Amino acid sequence: MQNHPSVVVWKITPWSPPPKFQGYLTLAPLNFLCYTLGSWIRLSDCPNNMLSTQFEIREGTGEKIGTRERRKSKKEKSKFPFSPSKGSSPTNNQTNRKWIFAKMRGGQLWQLGQSITRRLSQADKKTVARRCFASEADLKKTVLYDFHVAHGGKMVPFAGWSMPIQYKDSIMESTLNCRENGSLFDVSHMCGLSLKGKDCIPFLEKLVVADVAGLAPGTGCLTVFTNEKGGAIDDSVITKVTNDHIYLVVNAGCRDKDLAHIEAHMKSFTSKGGDVSWHIHDERSLLALQGPLAAPVLQHLTKEDLSKIYFSDFRTLDINGAPCYITRTGYTGEDGFEISVPSENAVDLAKAILDKSEGKIRLTGLGARDSLRLEAGLCLYGNDMEQHTTPVEAGLTWAIGKRRRAEGGFLGAEVILKQIEEGPKIRRVGLFSAGPPARSHSEIQDEKGQNIGEVTSGGFSPCLKKNIAMGYVKSGLHKPGTKLKVVIRGKSYDGSITKMPFVPSKYYKPS
Amino acid sequence: MASRLLWATRAASFLRISVPYRGFATVIKDLKYADSHEWVKVEGNSATIGITDHAQDHLGDVVYVELPDEGAEVTQGAGFGAVESVKATSDINSPVSGKVIEVNTKLNDSPGLVNASPYENGWIIKVEIKNADELNCLMDPDQYCKFCEEEDAKH
Repeated sequence: MQNHPSVVVWKITPWSPPPKFQGYLTLAPLNFLCYTLGSWIRLSDCPNNMLSTQFEIREGTGEKIGTRERRKSKKEKSKFPFSPSKGSSPTNNQTNRKWIFAKMRGGQLWQLGQSITRRLSQADKKTVARRCFASEADLKKTVLYDFHVAHGGKMVPFAGWSMPIQYKDSIMESTLNCRENGSLFDVSHMCGLSLKGKDCIPFLEKLVVADVAGLAPGTGCLTVFTNEKGGAIDDSVITKVTNDHIYLVVNAGCRDKDLAHIEAHMKSFTSKGGDVSWHIHDERSLLALQGPLAAPVLQHLTKEDLSKIYFSDFRTLDINGAPCYITRTGYTGEDGFEISVPSENAVDLAKAILDKSEGKIRLTGLGARDSLRLEAGLCLYGNDMEQHTTPVEAGLTWAIGKRRRAEGGFLGAEVILKQIEEGPKIRRVGLFSAGPPARSHSEIQDEKGQNIGEVTSGGFSPCLKKNIAMGYVKSGLHKPGTKLKVVIRGKSYDGSITKMPFVPSKYYKPS
Repeated sequence: MASRLLWATRAASFLRISVPYRGFATVIKDLKYADSHEWVKVEGNSATIGITDHAQDHLGDVVYVELPDEGAEVTQGAGFGAVESVKATSDINSPVSGKVIEVNTKLNDSPGLVNASPYENGWIIKVEIKNADELNCLMDPDQYCKFCEEEDAKH
């Protein structure tokens, strides 16, 4: 049998200033086993068995611009296989910014091990210091890093951070425990941001699709930052603290481009006399507490009555004696909270939560987080949503406020409003499939074998005990129940489109 | 050397993923091992093939094993199937060439056997050996142990 199309994806995005690059290697479908790269040259540091690997190089639009074969010689340095677009810095060239995908072929059993053991060797610097990625030494650590390691966390590079992919529990156990009891995640790699000023709402409304003005103070919603073409720059939960203060959290992997995007627009906005400024909450850490025990456990640590705080609500309150921001939201489909805590209090808070739950709430890593969000039908930016995907295609039309649909006034509004009217050409759907779990980039075919789309995330659902996936298919073929085929390693397996979430959400809403 | 042993101990404590009380990389005496982490047990002309404890430990919960058909030809070093865990997909390479005479169909219903019993109930295929000389380029248990340690240390 030939080498199979594989599980490994390289994502490389220009870093500022060019021609340096930051990127990450992922063992798909999960975006969490990855290496941050100082530059392409570091491809030579790949595990040896990847040396014979073929890359597929794509632009941000998904368009294939070439393939490159890695040479087998271990000594040979790989060369950067194409030239970076000159002057593509995050601020001045948004549209030309290239997201390059290199899809590797020929996955092997050992690749997974490499990514874990590489980290292990990193942990013991005395033994193997010289073999390490130079850039791994540059990985950022959250204030909970030592806490993770002490609890058996297996740390892997993720979006420039060293984060726990799992602890002693398996991903399966962690996923199930989150739904049964609860999970505590360190999500401090994500970027909390406050926008302040009397014009912060009209300012933000230029960049996102949400009806920010229509939000009541102390509530929030999921939204999408769009570009001029209507594509998604990032998804984000925004909350209106007061009429002149917005708090939002953006993805770690999008931090630099998001901040550059916001900053560029802020400059032109303020130069026209608008009153808006920002504060990046680098002094704070972010914990996500999720699952049925989240509220009862957190209630032990605060005087405020949590039963009055509903899904998407935001409050500033004291938790475990520290001034925190909490948002009743999450990325698992369970009830829960995201807690922004002053960094000096973060470890104490994590300990207190675990103690109060009497061991039922478990530390949970990025691995289970990915299973959980997939079961909940939530998008992972970079997989299920990218710069060329509009919120309409991604099934997030509901996040576009009614007033915004009537008025527009956000980047790419023409494209998006037209799509709402005419319907998008492709749509994000959920699917079940037989056989092996469908992973990202698996082809989706109709029953006759015609290509109708591609899987963007997929895996085995620990809760449903079957394969689930999400992907994009042509409109018209997106209705639940539609039969299809998923092609995995050259064989096609039966599947069907199904409603999402796969596992019912349990958000705490007023009854 | 001392630091390497220390490293192995550390690795052992980190690598216990889904089977908390198992030691690091159990290796069975009478088997031969391939550098892509498959084992082979030779009985006469037949070879039973599976993936090693070390491999299953790295993969985590196995949820699907893609098996070849009986009668299929396999070639030393080439993939004949795949193991899917919650987190990743991996090829399984054949440590010997030959014809598949039996596949472990129990894995269709209980892929977790690969985790629970990688050397016994979790075997994957049996092959009729075509060329016994190929066995010479496989590792013995000691070599394989050392190989795992070195490969870990390298990366």
